[in-house]
Amino acid sequence: MNCLPVYKKELRSYFTSPIAYVVILFFLLVTGIFFMVFISDFNMASMNAQSPYGEGYNLNITYRVVRPLLGNMCVILLFVMPLITMKPFAEERKTGTMELLFTYPLSDMAILLGKFFASLTLFLVMLALTLVYPLFMAIHSSPEPGTLVSGYLGLVLMASAFIALGLFISALTENQIIAAVATFGILLIFWIIQWTGTSEILRHMSILEHFNNFAEGMIDTRDVVYYLSFTLLWIFMTLRVLESKKWRG
Amino acid sequence: MIELQQVNKYFGAVQVLKDISFTVNKGEIVGFLGPNGAGKTTTMRILNGFMLATSGKAKVAGYEIDKEPLQVKRRIGYLPENVSLYNDMTVTEYLTFVARAKRIPRRKVAGKISRACLQCGIDEVTNRLIGPLSKGYKQRVGLAQAIINEPEVLIMDEPTTGLDPAQIIEIRELIKSFAGEHTVIISTHILQEVSATCQRVIIINDGQIVAEDSLANITGSSTTGGSLIIRVEGDMASLRDRLAALDGVVSIKESASEEPGVTDLIVAVESQSDIRRAVAETVVGSGCGLLELRPIRLSLEEIFMRTITKNV
Repeated sequence: MNCLPVYKKELRSYFTSPIAYVVILFFLLVTGIFFMVFISDFNMASMNAQSPYGEGYNLNITYRVVRPLLGNMCVILLFVMPLITMKPFAEERKTGTMELLFTYPLSDMAILLGKFFASLTLFLVMLALTLVYPLFMAIHSSPEPGTLVSGYLGLVLMASAFIALGLFISALTENQIIAAVATFGILLIFWIIQWTGTSEILRHMSILEHFNNFAEGMIDTRDVVYYLSFTLLWIFMTLRVLESKKWRG
Repeated sequence: MIELQQVNKYFGAVQVLKDISFTVNKGEIVGFLGPNGAGKTTTMRILNGFMLATSGKAKVAGYEIDKEPLQVKRRIGYLPENVSLYNDMTVTEYLTFVARAKRIPRRKVAGKISRACLQCGIDEVTNRLIGPLSKGYKQRVGLAQAIINEPEVLIMDEPTTGLDPAQIIEIRELIKSFAGEHTVIISTHILQEVSATCQRVIIINDGQIVAEDSLANITGSSTTGGSLIIRVEGDMASLRDRLAALDGVVSIKESASEEPGVTDLIVAVESQSDIRRAVAETVVGSGCGLLELRPIRLSLEEIFMRTITKNV
């Protein structure tokens, strides 16, 4: 598998275009605002002997800050990830560079995985920058490391599921805006699907539902399997799209 | 090196290629000629593995394209019709990517890049971004990426579009220099391109191969057969009889000439016979003045128009 050249090229193209920086900037800005709100709420509560939030307020930073922060991060990712995954195939198709790329001795899988891991790397860079929040909490308080580890693991698994779907859509169109909007729409549907009925199956299909356990510090095999199979499904589908191009012309 | 056998290609219900068969031998430079929309690019894309044929066999460099595409792709270089490159990369960065994608070992990459750049005349722009480069430079960067792995088979789709005349000559010289070690197939609708670079011509029209021959045969520039035109001064009547009596002469036609007292004769000759010497001796022997004697060569344009209109 010779996916390194494509990986390097994609990564380079991400970090020489403004998209990566704009996406990272706004992701950090929005998560930063959420973090500030949760921390200052927690701060207020901990300074008042008589809690303004009532008797039931649980003065636990993991419960009050880490969990809601992780939960909000995955909703923000829902908006942000389509902007990362809209480009890889759609742009090559639009500019016509796809033709040369597919005449090099690279298998479809190598090209796809190169692009997949480049998107994942961009996400990991973005996520690594949010580690200042846990660091800040660790200095001033004592969040549970276990919850942080499972939460971040959950975010990585979820992001790879988002990326796989995003690349599939990107391979279908040459218009990056359509790719982004369609990816966002489908992810949104996979989120709200749990409210469309009381059916247990629909609840299990929901992409954010499976994150809850991770945010609570629990790594459940079911959730891991869900994200991995979601990722593999769309990788498989993307390969089929790339293959069909050889027949359709 | 290239072998197509009864290749068909359908796009939906539309048949773009109809039973295409041809072979290109090692070291040959072959021109693939046809009007726009004849199926040239589709054939090129089947050869380079970008598309699969609907039916038929396609072999390049000894491997079947649909069975072992990676083996084929390692041995080819391809220059597409519209050369689209990554505009946000410098020439060196781009060629490094291509070299690595074509599995050139890391330690050999720099050497291959400088060699390809030198061959294509882009060695002075290696550190510039591709985006702002002129069309001519981009075309040459495209050529550099095609030859960087020293491919056994070079597939070029309209290689000189967008170049100025000086660059066109340069590129054609470069292509000619590949003869012998590389096998080259050039698709084009520009006829001079074929006569300038190729040894053999395949003419395609409407998805079918309508002619395939060496350039010499197809233009009638071989020394045997065809027609001769002679321009003579003097007594016509006896000359005509004497010429008609020569071995190998099929017919003689007279045509008027602009000069007074001078006549043009068109002598049709049997194939396989070279009678130029005999004709010259006869004319001079009969006391006429021989002003001109040349074989009539069809220009590639005429052949092209003749073959494609015949088949429409």
